[in-house]
Amino acid sequence: MGSMVDSADRMVPRHRLSTRLWHALNALLLYILFTSGLGIFNAHPRLYWGQYGANFDRGWLVLDRFPGWLTLPGHYSLALSRHWHLAAAPIFAFALLGYMLWSLANRHIARDLAFRREELTRRHLWQEIRDHARLRFPTGEAALRYGLLQKASYVGVIFVALPLIILTGLTMSPGMNAAWPWLVDLFGGRQSARSIHFITAFALVAFFFVHILMVLLSGPVNQLWAIVTGRYRLPRGRA
Amino acid sequence: MILTRRTLLLGATATLAGCDRLARNEHFRKALFSAENFHKWAQRGLMAPDALAREFRSDQISPIFRANGTANPNTPAYKALWRGGFADWRLQVTGLVTRDLSLSLAQLRSLPHREQITRHDCVEGWSAIGKWRGVPLKTILDGAGLKSRARYIVFRCADDMGGGRPYYESIDLADAFHPQTILAFALNDRPLSVANGAPLRLRVERQLGYKQAKYLMGIEAVDSLAGIGKGKGGFWEDHADYDWYAGI
Repeated sequence: MGSMVDSADRMVPRHRLSTRLWHALNALLLYILFTSGLGIFNAHPRLYWGQYGANFDRGWLVLDRFPGWLTLPGHYSLALSRHWHLAAAPIFAFALLGYMLWSLANRHIARDLAFRREELTRRHLWQEIRDHARLRFPTGEAALRYGLLQKASYVGVIFVALPLIILTGLTMSPGMNAAWPWLVDLFGGRQSARSIHFITAFALVAFFFVHILMVLLSGPVNQLWAIVTGRYRLPRGRA
Repeated sequence: MILTRRTLLLGATATLAGCDRLARNEHFRKALFSAENFHKWAQRGLMAPDALAREFRSDQISPIFRANGTANPNTPAYKALWRGGFADWRLQVTGLVTRDLSLSLAQLRSLPHREQITRHDCVEGWSAIGKWRGVPLKTILDGAGLKSRARYIVFRCADDMGGGRPYYESIDLADAFHPQTILAFALNDRPLSVANGAPLRLRVERQLGYKQAKYLMGIEAVDSLAGIGKGKGGFWEDHADYDWYAGI
C-alpha cells in the first residue's frame, strides 16, 4: 500500500455497470417523481396524521402551493402531474427491486455496503466524523472502499428511504388498500402514509444535496467520470 | 464548478420546460397515459375480485364529511325535484338490460340495504370517512337483467357541468357487481344532503372520489364507452385527462 502513495495516477474500476445504469435511471426518475409529486401535492397542500384528513380536520402542515418552476408540469394540472408520477413510479420501484436483487447476487451489498465489525467502534466512527468535518477524504487503496458514514447513507437510502416512499405511495391507492390491507395498518392510515411519503421525499432531497456536496468536495471531475464510465483515478496520498 | 442558485433555477426551469414540451407530443402523451393500463392490470391481478375496501368503526368517522365537486346542481329540473322531497324523482335503468326500470326513492329504500363505513379518497389527496347506506348495485342490475353484451355501467347525473354537459361516470362489471358497490341514499344515518349528492349517489369503494357520481338520474348498461360523452368514460376523463381507472 505504501508504495502506491505519491506514485503516478492509477485508473481503477470503481462502479459496476448495474450501479451506473441504476444511478442514471434514478437521477431521471427521482427528478420526475419529485417535481410531479409537488404538482400533486399542490392540489391539497395540507398534511394530516391518521386515517382521514380534509379541510375541516387539523393538519400538521399547511402550506401554499409550490411555485411552477419546481413542479411538473410547470402549470397547475393535477391530471398531468399524476400521469407523470404514476408512469415513473412503477419503473422506479421495479428498478430498485432489480438493483437490490442484482446487488445481492453479485455481492455488491456484501462487499461494498455491509458494515464491517472493525468499523463499528466508537473510535472509528469518531475518526470518520472528524475526517469528514475537516474534508480529509481517503486516498490510495482506502479510497476504493466506502467509509462508514457513506455506507450508512447509501444503506439508509436503498433499504429504508426508497422502500418507504414506494410503500407509502402504494398505501395512498384505494385499489391497493383493497389488495393489501396491511399497508394501511403498517402506516396507521392513508393520511399518515401521505405525510410519511412527503417527509421521505424531502429526506431524499436532503440526501441529494449532501451527495452533490460530497462529490464537489472530493474531486467532481473524477467522480463524474467514474459514475459515467465506471473508472476512477485513485487519489494520491497526502504528503 | 460553483452552481449558483440562479443556474440551478435556470437548469430546473429548462428541464421542466423540456418535460412540458415532451408531454405535448401526441405519441409521448399516449405512452405516458398508458401507465393507467399497467396499474389497472397489476391491481386487479393482486386483489381478489371481491376484495373489500377497508371498513372502519363508527368512532373513526370524520367529524365533517367534506363535500366536493358540485355543491348543488341548481337546475330548474333539480330544484323542482328537491322542492317535492324527491317524490317525483325516478332512477331510470336502461341500455343493455332485458327490462327497463324506473325506480322511486321509496322503492329503493324498501330493497335490502348494505351499510358500510368507508374512506372517501379524493384525487386531490384528502380523505373523509363516512357511513353509507344504500342498495347494492348488483340488486338493481339483477332486477333489470343485464344482457351478456354489457361491459360497462354508465351513471347519468343531474348536475350540469357547464354548456349543458351533465356529469357522468362509468365502471366496469368487476366493480359493478362488487359487494361494496352501492347506490347510497344515506350518509351518517341521515338522508343524503344536497351537497353530498341527494337523493342518490354511487359508492365504488376501491376507487377515487370522482367515480362516486352524485345526483344520480339514470343507469345505462353499454358494451362500449366510445359513444358516451367524448368516449373516455367520465366527465373528468373527457375534459381533464383523469384516468378512467381510479383505483390508483
